[in-house]
Amino acid sequence: MLDILSNYGVMFLVGSWPNGPIGGFAATIILAGLGVLLSFPLALLIGLARAGSLRWPRYLATAWVYTFRGIPLVMIIFWAYFILPRMTGVTVPAFVTALCAIVIYESAFLGEIVRAGLQGLPAGQTEAARASGLSYAQTMWNVILPQALTNMLPSLVNQFVSTIKATSIVYVIGVQEVTFAAQQINSIELNSALQTFLVLAAFYFVACYVISSLAQLLEQKLARKRLGLA
Amino acid sequence: MIELDNIDKWYGSYHALDHISGRVAEGEVVVVCGPSGSGKSTMIRTINRLEPLQGGSIRIKGHDVHTQCPNALRAGIGFVFQQFNLFPHLSVRENIMLSPVKVGGMTRAQATALTEELLAKVGLAHKIDAMPGNLSGGQQQRVAIARALAQKPPVILFDEPTSALDPEMVGEVLAVMKQLANEGMTMMVVTHEMGFARDVADRIWFMDEGRIVEENTPEGFFTSPGHPRAQRFLSDVTRSASPPH
Repeated sequence: MLDILSNYGVMFLVGSWPNGPIGGFAATIILAGLGVLLSFPLALLIGLARAGSLRWPRYLATAWVYTFRGIPLVMIIFWAYFILPRMTGVTVPAFVTALCAIVIYESAFLGEIVRAGLQGLPAGQTEAARASGLSYAQTMWNVILPQALTNMLPSLVNQFVSTIKATSIVYVIGVQEVTFAAQQINSIELNSALQTFLVLAAFYFVACYVISSLAQLLEQKLARKRLGLA
Repeated sequence: MIELDNIDKWYGSYHALDHISGRVAEGEVVVVCGPSGSGKSTMIRTINRLEPLQGGSIRIKGHDVHTQCPNALRAGIGFVFQQFNLFPHLSVRENIMLSPVKVGGMTRAQATALTEELLAKVGLAHKIDAMPGNLSGGQQQRVAIARALAQKPPVILFDEPTSALDPEMVGEVLAVMKQLANEGMTMMVVTHEMGFARDVADRIWFMDEGRIVEENTPEGFFTSPGHPRAQRFLSDVTRSASPPH
């Protein structure tokens, strides 16, 4: 296993760069990172719409969640691959297609996590904020979201970790991330499939472990601040 | 100051408020009492539009509350909740400063000065940087009262402010409320604290099944209540307060 790593380490890490697009583990991290960064604001809007009192935003958000939670990611990726060029009229690079598919897919799940966080707070918090004259937006920004996001943190981290692993599917449309690199290495080496894919698993494990650890530090910091010990 | 005119409210088919009318004059302290489920909290929550109405009107200083922007209306009414409802992620200072800065348009410096003054008034100046989770119930409720006062409202509504406190802390909160009353604040207080009602109230409204069945001065109410339900209520309250034989 160690010789697979030493021979093909660079290929695992960055794919065929600089002789091609950036790939490998770097591409995985970039894809997952951008996916989360772009889908979270969308998820906030979806969660607020689902938990809110306005009818049409709620209906639209519900339809969004039910649709994209109910379809496998690999289907969404395929559809994005065929529909996006038709919709926009330009050829869309596979990376961008994969990113769009991941953003849409994750926003449905993250949106429900946001909704759970918002509805999990006692109604008294919203009442006290509105009773002192704060508008809906001020209430959300100053009172509700800070508390709800803290409560949601474990579920959000869960979903972020899931996103990193979900990027392993995008090789089906030719995005050169780390699973693609592992398959290339496997087709070169031929006899070391187990070792190759163990190394691949280790990359994913390290990424997920780092995120979980960072999240734990954040949770501890927020808990200390709540207690006034910061 | 506050005028309730035939207000009607239903929860589905349950008639929670049944043609309630009443007046609270400026500087008056009105205590609303009655058995559980009589609609006391519902009524007080309709005044600042935390609960919608199906009929009737409410006027504050002559202006119908349902024609105003709700945020502006609520900024002009202080509200103290039974469960305190302090914001646990903000310090005491930030809790009190939130409304004056975000709604009242004060600068942080002005709001800080106001916060210090109000905390001194409720006896908690030393807790200005504490987090709500580190305060006792009585302290939290006093901070909640300071938070309501920070809006500089002409009227404060209290929804069972001491019902969630253990008996030792009830006194410290009632003392603050009594002080406010003596300073001329217009107050409407839903409470079961009959001692407070007797000492501080200008008038008592007794509610039962969504109606105000008796309206009286404290002396009149406690010595000779007119309505039979009020008589039964008082005998229950005084029996539970006396030690068992």
